[in-house]
Amino acid sequence: MLEIKNLHASVEDKEILKGIDLKVNAGEVHAIMGPNGSGKSTLASVIAGKEEFEVEEGNIMLEGEDLEDLAPEERAHKGIFLSFQYPVEIPGVSVTNFIKTAINESRKARGLEEMPANEMLKKIREKSELLEIDRKFLSRSLNEGFSGGEKKRNEIFQMAMMEPKLAILDETDSGLDIDALRIVANGVNKLRNKDNAIIVITHYQRLLDYIVPDYVHVLYNGKIVKSGTKELALELEEKGYDWIKQEATV
Amino acid sequence: MDLKEKLISSFLAFENNVDLDHPVHEVRSEAIKNFEIKGFPSKKEEAWKYTSLNSLQKVDFSIFPKEESTLEYKDVKKYFLHEIDTYKIVFVDGVYSSYLSETTHDGVDVCLMSSAFSKPMFRQVIEVYFNKVASKDESLTTLNTAFCKEGAYIYIPKNKMPKKPIQILHLATGNEAALMLQPRNLVVVEDNAEVQIIERHQSLTENEVFTNSVTEIYAGKDAIVDYYKVQNDAPTASLVDNTYISQKDNSVVRVHTFSFGGKLIRNNLNFYQNGERIDSTLKGVTILGDKQHVDHHTLVHHRQPNCESHQDYKGIFGDSSTGVFNGKIIVDKIAQKTDAFQQNNNILLSDRATINSKPQLEIFADDVKCSHGCTIGQLDEDALFYLRSRGIPKKEATALLMYAFANNVLASVRIPELKARINKIIANKLGVRVGFDL
Repeated sequence: MLEIKNLHASVEDKEILKGIDLKVNAGEVHAIMGPNGSGKSTLASVIAGKEEFEVEEGNIMLEGEDLEDLAPEERAHKGIFLSFQYPVEIPGVSVTNFIKTAINESRKARGLEEMPANEMLKKIREKSELLEIDRKFLSRSLNEGFSGGEKKRNEIFQMAMMEPKLAILDETDSGLDIDALRIVANGVNKLRNKDNAIIVITHYQRLLDYIVPDYVHVLYNGKIVKSGTKELALELEEKGYDWIKQEATV
Repeated sequence: MDLKEKLISSFLAFENNVDLDHPVHEVRSEAIKNFEIKGFPSKKEEAWKYTSLNSLQKVDFSIFPKEESTLEYKDVKKYFLHEIDTYKIVFVDGVYSSYLSETTHDGVDVCLMSSAFSKPMFRQVIEVYFNKVASKDESLTTLNTAFCKEGAYIYIPKNKMPKKPIQILHLATGNEAALMLQPRNLVVVEDNAEVQIIERHQSLTENEVFTNSVTEIYAGKDAIVDYYKVQNDAPTASLVDNTYISQKDNSVVRVHTFSFGGKLIRNNLNFYQNGERIDSTLKGVTILGDKQHVDHHTLVHHRQPNCESHQDYKGIFGDSSTGVFNGKIIVDKIAQKTDAFQQNNNILLSDRATINSKPQLEIFADDVKCSHGCTIGQLDEDALFYLRSRGIPKKEATALLMYAFANNVLASVRIPELKARINKIIANKLGVRVGFDL
């Protein structure tokens, strides 16, 4: 599904990613952990195509296609979805209208007709139930005045609606209480299937109790310094990141 | 002959067509004297530093239209808010068009200044209100006063509310190569009365039009006035809008100014709070391109205690357009517990666009809450990335963000059809279709 080879990326001439290799197959969940400032969010943004980052070397392939020259919206049309750590408030545009626009723009790009209104409505109802979102919420302005939990739930709702091939969840657990975490994780788990893949970026192991990864990678100083299975996350939780840092510098 | 000389010499001709014995004529004579001394404001004056009327003064404007023009409703329908039933006061080249208008005297008066000046039944209102809040000093206002003859006259007696909103529409046909218009409106809303008014100036051709308009609004105790100014005129039309508002206890006056088109627009919006617990709201959305110029000069004069004022102006400037915002707030010494809020946010879309924004606070009371904020920036790149990452193309995403930026100004528009219309104009202005009605 996703193959990243020797990825170097910088912002304002400061190199942040220093040679990332990562392969994610359909049906897999990968967790990327690491201390603050290790480059986790940058990796997410670079995959999604944020233009302020310069890819200096290496490439990102989605289903064999190099993403290099694609704009963020084109990557979205190909099936990449990024759940934001800090979703942006858009006053005056309701959650429903926003998601309709997003879905229909993607359909347009794929040469499809707009989704019929009744089908859209049905889908919205189905997916909002999955995330325990009530109807009033959907008519509110996107993210405006939303609590941290509502914002994240709304991100996963959008993911459910867009049905991406590759979803990247950037710190989706931050700012969530335990109930909200459970709802969000449940939603994500229900969206998992053999044809899509998920990258979970998190600082803490907590989320991984709910969204169980197939692989865990540790990012430190712009490089993946350790990879393993879910047990690695537990080890990190117990021992912290210091031993990784030491190992990396040795 | 420059425009000032032409206007002064035209005044004699103008006097041949009005009732010289009417008390208003004394007011006119005083006013033309003042204009003769002051002339047009120049850039040397602080209040006109960023807006020049020089090029307009070189145009050979007709002061009086030569003939009455007739227009078919179907040709100008789009300039009306035709989705709802309204009273209409329509002027074509400055001349009242009874054919396009719908006035009333049923409980309220929605009619013409020319009637109000000539008919005895209106004389008392004219005596009490005409030219009382309008400046007797500001040169363009006095110029308008000197030539005042026609415009909208709206009188809402105590406890009344017209059955429907009122539209004031000034159309210019282009029958003259260049035409100067000076409409004069008087709006009196007595105690506990309410009114909604939409005003628009529209030139139908590329011929030059210069409108120097004066509107006086009086809000009695507990009165509610909503006034919407829609400025989306042709690129050869210029407007100086002088609006003076006097409010009494507990009254609410909201003025929304939507500036999307025209060559040069200057809005002088002046609020005088002559009572307690008054609410004054001034909101504006300005979206400009090309070489358009819009200047918002606001004044809120807090003269009594326990009053509020809310100002919120948003501007989006593209190409070589220029904007000015000058927000003056005066709080008199006795106006304790004043709550005055002022906000002006601007987005510059091009390197050549300019905005000059200046808050001007003169506070003489010590127990007041006054806040002001001004921002000038580009679109938020993170927000843009967020929308694009959802598959929304850059152009549409930019438009959505600009729409969101201007949105809270629209939230207080109380006529849903007008709000829809403004949204449509904004979407057109931004050049997008985002799949739903904004």
